[in-house]
Amino acid sequence: MNRFALVLGLADDALIAAQRLAEWVANAPELEEDVALANIALDTLGRARVLLAHAGEIEGAGRNEDDLAMLRDEREFTNVQLAELENGHFGTTIARLWLYSTWQLTWWEALTSSTDETLAAVAQKSIKELRYHVDHGERWVRRLGDGTEVSHERMQDGLDRVWPHVAELFTNWVGTDLIEQGVTVAPATLEARCRERWAHVINEATLSTPQVPTVPGGGRRGIHTESMGYLLAEMQHMARSHPGATW
Amino acid sequence: MYGNDFGPSANEGEDVRPIDDAAAQVRFDALLADDERIEPRDWMPAGYRKTLIRQIAQHAHSEIIGMQPEGNWITRAPSLRRKAILLAKVQDEAGHGLYLYSAAETLGAERDELTEMLITGRQRYSSIFNYPAVTWADVGAIGWLVDGAAIVNQVPICRCSYGPYARAMIRICKEESFHQRQGFELLLTLSRGTDHQRTMLQDAVDRWWWPSLMMFGPPDDASPNTAQSMAWGIKRHTNDELRQRFVDMTVPQADVLGVSLPDPDLELVDDHWRHGPIDWDEFNAVLRGEGACNRQRIEHRTTAHTDGAWVRDAAAAYAEKHQRAAA
Repeated sequence: MNRFALVLGLADDALIAAQRLAEWVANAPELEEDVALANIALDTLGRARVLLAHAGEIEGAGRNEDDLAMLRDEREFTNVQLAELENGHFGTTIARLWLYSTWQLTWWEALTSSTDETLAAVAQKSIKELRYHVDHGERWVRRLGDGTEVSHERMQDGLDRVWPHVAELFTNWVGTDLIEQGVTVAPATLEARCRERWAHVINEATLSTPQVPTVPGGGRRGIHTESMGYLLAEMQHMARSHPGATW
Repeated sequence: MYGNDFGPSANEGEDVRPIDDAAAQVRFDALLADDERIEPRDWMPAGYRKTLIRQIAQHAHSEIIGMQPEGNWITRAPSLRRKAILLAKVQDEAGHGLYLYSAAETLGAERDELTEMLITGRQRYSSIFNYPAVTWADVGAIGWLVDGAAIVNQVPICRCSYGPYARAMIRICKEESFHQRQGFELLLTLSRGTDHQRTMLQDAVDRWWWPSLMMFGPPDDASPNTAQSMAWGIKRHTNDELRQRFVDMTVPQADVLGVSLPDPDLELVDDHWRHGPIDWDEFNAVLRGEGACNRQRIEHRTTAHTDGAWVRDAAAAYAEKHQRAAA
């Protein structure tokens, strides 16, 4: 595990989450939500771009953000599966967005003291953005959970669908050398805080912590859900159809 | 576009001047004569209110429907920079829709009602959005030509007699002009690219040029609402004046892009670029619902609205529950 792989994994988390969220634009339940989801997608895409560029610099092989985003195959993407899960209904999207953002916030709070200066700088910006994303997610979890009977059911359904992918977030995939060098923390160290926050909000929203089987995961090893191929096909087809073109 | 209103006259068969409110009418006329702004609490003729609601709503609907042809390309943008620019642009359009619906609400309309009017076809949106965005170059062409035409239409509305609409337009115009430059820059990049990219660019310009000219609405002699709208200070220039302004602005830009415009009659006469005849049959056909995407655009909006109903209901129920608890 080297620093390139770490940064690329973090970049892919953001890139794929942004790509999914952007699918909502012009489809949201109300205009304010079109604006909010686009805003969150833009923040997340912005983080992906800085991280991809940083990964390219660390690698030193001349690959830029677009080479890394558009010209890698599915097995080379190392985002967590949670980021790529299909939008489903609004409750599912909110469940994914909320769990993802809460987890990301704990990561980036930890990375504010990273010895990798770029990561530390990205962390400073990201935590401000992620606090808003978490807040947005939590508000919807409460509104839907404690709204109508229908919304309660759908919010619970959304959580149940996404929850099997939560365990993967805390699986250790970063090298001990990077932890010793202070570049990153071990993902497992984030688990207690995340789960505590989730339990608190789930309870407030009159929902239940899902009792569903965990899936094997494997995003960090380039093993993705079947929906990932379609996401990449859509995202990459222009760049791949016109090799060498500048846009 | 989106400011012009090409529907039937708003005040057909109505007496817009209430006889019992002559003093208010005098004050209203004086405000218009002094080029002052009418504000929401001011008295205004029923026809003025109705015309404005319809025009602002049509403008708002156009912003919202206009999110679709470009939004369609967000997930496929060829680079991450372009993806970010496009995402921000479509987000701006949702924002414009919001300001405009708010402006319409100051006249007593409800956003829900207006949405209902849109999806049931009782109010229009700019028919330019019934053309499909089929290649990446269309995203640039929409920015350059459609937003370009929109700006020409909209800048005068910043001086519209109705205050909230005029103020909303100031902000919208700033953002639109940014979008237009971004569209042009996208096309400029294509013009400097591969043969395939240049072909894509010319093809998009060929398809979007005439529909953009149609955005200004029918020629002056076939635009029955113009005189009243101008008298009310809602409209400041005629359709043909604005169209000419757009053509004069755009022809030199086409030159910079190295594209030809699909009009063999285009020529410079007395410092103005005169265009050839516009195919008004096509314009009317698209207005009648015979455009490529009329049905799709409304279905898309309807689906988003209908699928989102349970979410809006939940938000309302939650707010009510917690307001009660707090009381």
